[in-house]
Amino acid sequence: MFSMTVFVQGIPLLLQAAVATIGISLAGLVIGFFVAIGVCSARLSPSRAWRAAGGAYVFFFRGVPMLVQLLLVYYLLPFVGINVPPLVAAISTVSLCSASYIAEILRGGFLSIPPGQIEAARMLGLPPLDTLRRILVPQAFRLTLPSLVNEMVLLIKASSLISVVGIAEVTRTAQNIAASTYRPLEAYVAAGLIYFVICGALSLLAHAAEARLQYA
Amino acid sequence: MQQFDPAVITHNLSAIGAGLATTLGTWIAGVVLGLAIGFAIALLQLFCGRWVRAVLRAYIELFRGTPFLVQLFLLYYGGPSFGLTLEPLTAGILGLGLYGSAYFAEAFRSGFRAVPPGHLEAASCLGMSRWQIVLRIQIPQMFVLIVPAIVNLIIVLSKETAVLSIVTVPELTFVLTGIGSATFAFVETLLALCVCYLLLVELASRAGLWAEARLTRFLV
Repeated sequence: MFSMTVFVQGIPLLLQAAVATIGISLAGLVIGFFVAIGVCSARLSPSRAWRAAGGAYVFFFRGVPMLVQLLLVYYLLPFVGINVPPLVAAISTVSLCSASYIAEILRGGFLSIPPGQIEAARMLGLPPLDTLRRILVPQAFRLTLPSLVNEMVLLIKASSLISVVGIAEVTRTAQNIAASTYRPLEAYVAAGLIYFVICGALSLLAHAAEARLQYA
Repeated sequence: MQQFDPAVITHNLSAIGAGLATTLGTWIAGVVLGLAIGFAIALLQLFCGRWVRAVLRAYIELFRGTPFLVQLFLLYYGGPSFGLTLEPLTAGILGLGLYGSAYFAEAFRSGFRAVPPGHLEAASCLGMSRWQIVLRIQIPQMFVLIVPAIVNLIIVLSKETAVLSIVTVPELTFVLTGIGSATFAFVETLLALCVCYLLLVELASRAGLWAEARLTRFLV
């Protein structure tokens, strides 16, 4: 039968692990955002070589499962002589993978700004960097914010895969609880609950952000 | 550092082929199961009352708000606690189908909502019954509207099959990482793995684009 004791005792451990899950996902989102700015600029660049490079990046990271990317970083980097701790391998994988998705989100955001605005800015003598900073980025940010929060939800769920390289995030901790208590059902129900609460809170946040930014 | 040795791949082609077949099989079975359950959910949401809808809503939110890996662990390792002991392959297909069904159900639901209400009013003005409206107006239009979303979900599911390797389903990732661990030829096996998935996803997207163009050809 369902053991309430195991379930309840597991919750504090899993909450601690949730800090790792949220931390790794957030690091992945932030680092991925900056990588994505580079990838997105490459994809929108006038140079054909840069566009091809950006396209190849997105093609690879969206075409290969994240689990395989994780194995690549984890096994191949030591092979070529770079020793990385599992945590670094995990955060880099999550960042590189999320960058490909965020790059596409940003590209959509930038492309949906009417080109007339850029022409108008140039007409008024606004330098290109100021056009980017004052006209393009604020609007692209508003347009893409809900998608970015949604990407965070996806990352929280995808971060369960890094349990494979032994990092004590929620899924790994649940595995440990299951192994020590012989009660996998309770452990994984508790882990599912934690993920559900985190993702639910983020979805509510996304709705709130969307509603607020529509009037801004 | 050892030499790059393609023989690791060429000598194990039959095992890799079997893994690829398992990947394709679990993917297709999972998609079919997911589409069937998802469609049933969307239909029930259309017809049933508030309580059934609330239960279905909870089902969808639960499956969309938790990682696939945790669902799979719950099914495969937690299942025996409530008398459900499954083979890895069965658990994998069932897990993939249940996970996919929540997303498919949402796609179907949004498709039903996107059918113009004027069409339904026109149909009922013409004296069509509720069932006739569903079968002749709502379902055909809904299917056409959601083709892109469904294609996208099917491609996402093809990548999720890699997760099944963690519960020892002998699919592509499981086979190739197994060969890698046995021979220490991680570079060769992981590269082969990437190439396989890139090809799979690329072919699936091309097929998806073709299906989209064909199924929506009469839309203006």
